Amino acid sequence: MKAHGFVHKYGDNVDTDVIIPARYLNTASHAELAAHCMEDIDADFVKKVKKGDIIVAAKNFGCGSSREHAPIAIQASGISCVIAETFARIFYRNAINIGLPILECPEAARDIQNGDEVEIDFDNGVIQNRTNGKSYKAQPFPPFIQNIIEKGGLLNSISK
Amino acid sequence: MGMTMTQKILAAHAGLESVSAGQLIEAELDLVLGNDITSPVAINEFEKCGASSVFHKDKIALVLDHFTPNKDIKAAEQCRQVRNFANQYQITNFFDVGQMGIEHALLPEKGLVVPGDCVIGADSHTCTYGALGAFSTGVGSTDMAAGMITGKAWFKVPSAIRIVLKNKPTKWVSGKDVILHLIGRIGVDGALYRSLEFTGSGVKYLSMDDRLCIANMAIEAGAKNGIFPVDEVTLDYGKGRFQHEPVVYAADEDAVYDETVEIDLGKIRPTVAFPHLPENTKTIDEVGKIKIDQSVIGSCTNGRMEDLRAAAAILKDRKVAKDVRCIILPGTQAIYLQALREGLAEIFVEAGAVFSTPTCGPCLGGHMGILGKGERAISTTNRNFVGRMGHIESEVYLASPAVAAASAVTGYITDPEQLTEGVQK
Repeated sequence: MKAHGFVHKYGDNVDTDVIIPARYLNTASHAELAAHCMEDIDADFVKKVKKGDIIVAAKNFGCGSSREHAPIAIQASGISCVIAETFARIFYRNAINIGLPILECPEAARDIQNGDEVEIDFDNGVIQNRTNGKSYKAQPFPPFIQNIIEKGGLLNSISK
Repeated sequence: MGMTMTQKILAAHAGLESVSAGQLIEAELDLVLGNDITSPVAINEFEKCGASSVFHKDKIALVLDHFTPNKDIKAAEQCRQVRNFANQYQITNFFDVGQMGIEHALLPEKGLVVPGDCVIGADSHTCTYGALGAFSTGVGSTDMAAGMITGKAWFKVPSAIRIVLKNKPTKWVSGKDVILHLIGRIGVDGALYRSLEFTGSGVKYLSMDDRLCIANMAIEAGAKNGIFPVDEVTLDYGKGRFQHEPVVYAADEDAVYDETVEIDLGKIRPTVAFPHLPENTKTIDEVGKIKIDQSVIGSCTNGRMEDLRAAAAILKDRKVAKDVRCIILPGTQAIYLQALREGLAEIFVEAGAVFSTPTCGPCLGGHMGILGKGERAISTTNRNFVGRMGHIESEVYLASPAVAAASAVTGYITDPEQLTEGVQK
């Protein structure tokens, strides 16, 4: 499984309130959530984002509320992967549970710049920066997590 | 090798003699919780995968607390979906408007979580129940759905930071000041993926309301859970309340901790977290002159009886400053009633504050007290992220009920001691 796209870069402690503000949590519609993704940290995100794009951030991405609406909004907006130095634990769990690939890779997270073109091979955890030719190695997912992501989420992976 | 208190609870629920940090386990759940925001997503997942029954109708709690009483049509539809699900599956612990409270105030009050339990909730502040000596942690809606179906959840066994509490807090210092102080020291990711295990001779000086407040904000340090030892305070709280038999676990003498942090409770000052992270803390003495537009007293962090009493001790015979809106929200209907009986509601209304029914409302910028552009609130809630309580150019300062009440009176962030020399808390 692979991802390929252009990077939207953010800093430390991107919280779930800025990923999807609570004023939009009166719906579970993926499309409506996507329409407000990152609104309070990057109002132009929804205009700029293209299918396959990648979010790169620093420490503690997704901290705060347990709202699964946050990874849902990111996934539904077309993002193919989030790379960060570290993730808040509930976000990490939620992202995998809905089938949004996320990788912890401090070196890549620090090095990759906004707008860079990046390709990711989830089978071996290799992140290639096509803009500057550098590559980085993240821990690939263990098979059970890869299975969840390929099936499109935890419940899809366990339902008959 | 010895186990921490958290590890012992997880081992018992996984049917294992022992576990160690980093191990992946599957644990039996005593309770699965959801609210009006997270449950609809969980119910959609539940239905999408073709489930037709829940693992145990008594071990699921559904609480309509975030956007209730319904703030708009969409919120009403979300509540209706949860209500229908609760009826269809005959969920025993479904709490609708009139019986509901803010989930993390309500569940302990009803005795639905007891020492030794293993609980997940689709709300990040589910870690609150660590105050009772239970393992409880926040998850997302998919985990909630899987939990409702199977009664199980997988966990990576956490390592722990030991927090050793010493001495007795001074008059206007509450659990809120203790946890803000700790987050200020270790940071918003200081306990990432780990447990915060509170211990030490100072624990006995913390009331259950203080402990619930402290455990509640463990997530704001990134922790998986925060947990207190079970002592007389816990067991007294549980008398006539706990709905099933508690099991008391204690950390092994030789339990291994990543690190130890000591806190002298006697030296903690009322503490305020500045925008836009809970780790941006200052003591009340370092705050300076900060004008406020709104004071919010309530939430799953500080909407309990002691919180309202602390606010009332300050607001009695005083008035909320001109140009300040003071909004007070009890955590549950029982707390609301008790506040009426003790005369607190009268004190609040006479002071010029709003005294609402329970709701999470303003804490997350939902309703009942949204901030406009450039406005500033002092709030007893748990997060002060950008836009948390309204406009992205608004600001939230986190503090205790006593500080929030004193600030409501003066219009500036204020040390309660300034107003109350000689007043008993």
